[in-house]
Amino acid sequence: MNINFTLISQALAFSTFIWFTVKFVWPPLLRAIEERQKTIADGLAAGERGRHDLELASQRSSEILKEAKQQASEIILQAEKRASEIVEEAKNSAKVEGDRIISGAKAEIDHEVFSAKEALRQHAANLAIAGAAKILRKEVDAKAHAELLESIEEDLK
Amino acid sequence: MAADTELTPTKYIDHHLTHMTIQVKEGAFWTLHIDTLVTSILLGILGLGCVWLVVRKATPGVPSKRQAFVELMIEFIDNEVKNTFHGNRHVFVAPTALTIFIWVLLMNTMDIMPIDITAWIIENVFGLHYWKIVPTTDVNTTFALALSIWFLMIFFSVKVKGLGGWMHELFCTPFGKNPLLWILNLLFNFIEYVSKPLSHSLRLFGNIYAGEIIFLLIGMWAATGVAGAFFGAILGAGWAIFHILIVTLQAFIFMMLAVVYISMAHESH
Repeated sequence: MNINFTLISQALAFSTFIWFTVKFVWPPLLRAIEERQKTIADGLAAGERGRHDLELASQRSSEILKEAKQQASEIILQAEKRASEIVEEAKNSAKVEGDRIISGAKAEIDHEVFSAKEALRQHAANLAIAGAAKILRKEVDAKAHAELLESIEEDLK
Repeated sequence: MAADTELTPTKYIDHHLTHMTIQVKEGAFWTLHIDTLVTSILLGILGLGCVWLVVRKATPGVPSKRQAFVELMIEFIDNEVKNTFHGNRHVFVAPTALTIFIWVLLMNTMDIMPIDITAWIIENVFGLHYWKIVPTTDVNTTFALALSIWFLMIFFSVKVKGLGGWMHELFCTPFGKNPLLWILNLLFNFIEYVSKPLSHSLRLFGNIYAGEIIFLLIGMWAATGVAGAFFGAILGAGWAIFHILIVTLQAFIFMMLAVVYISMAHESH
């Protein structure tokens, strides 16, 4: 082991190899690795974003579903209410109509009775007057009693 | 094994631990371990070249198996660096750590190659008598790496804190600003600056060199007879399997220390 010129030549070889690595070996691979790291990081970020979006979407869909269910039950409730209302209304209007018909019929009956009574009364009055006139014609002056007869006729009406 | 007829253990070990050298100029310093240099450069080109071939066609989409493997390694190193270095690591520190790890790992891995088979191939195929195939068992390699890191350490210290800031750090840490402590601080920092590259390089060198020696000893035992060959093979396999761990661990430690030293240079006390 003796130090000699080999040392210098080896140092030169060493520096050449370092220069070669610095210049040609390191940069392209570093570039490739860094690019790949970036791609992977981007991919991971995109995946994370997708996951987040999916979570949001499922949350939203469940919310919408819940809302829809609520709306549906509200609609059903309202419909039931409306149906019972309609039934009630129909009942009421039927009752009113029935009452109206009954009262109309009653009024007609009353009217019929009244006019029958009236006719009867008229008839009776006429009979009475005729009877009275027949009686009075023999003994009483028609003229003197005409006013009286008229008043009786008036009363009988 | 060399075609030496009178092979002694000393010769055997010597043979395996002798470098093939080239004399660049006159003088002991100008010797060049051509085996260390060529093997390490080939390994560096092989390792970094393979990574480069994969990385060139790197796609940010689904990676191929090869790309996934490279990414795994790079991300592992990048993570280690990220935990230690708090600046823009992609400009220099992380690629440097990757270079160190790949290169040192491959150089260490040569240790697992069966010593005598590779020696035979080198002798008979390439016609070379001496060729040490493990560059990190050459102290020049480890010192070259550690000293490069050391200079980078000083460079970044000056670059981040300025020359004045670095001087301030040399004189005023770790004990305090008092002028009486300046000498002590400087001495302390001096020891630190000397010990860092020493421990850094010798740890790697020592571990791999020791591993190589043990392989040689096992190989020597294997040459003693049938029983020796049998137990030598078992021991050799065991040590090689264990060495997979050491080889990787030492490469990792070397890389981590380099990162730590450079990070420390970036931080002011």
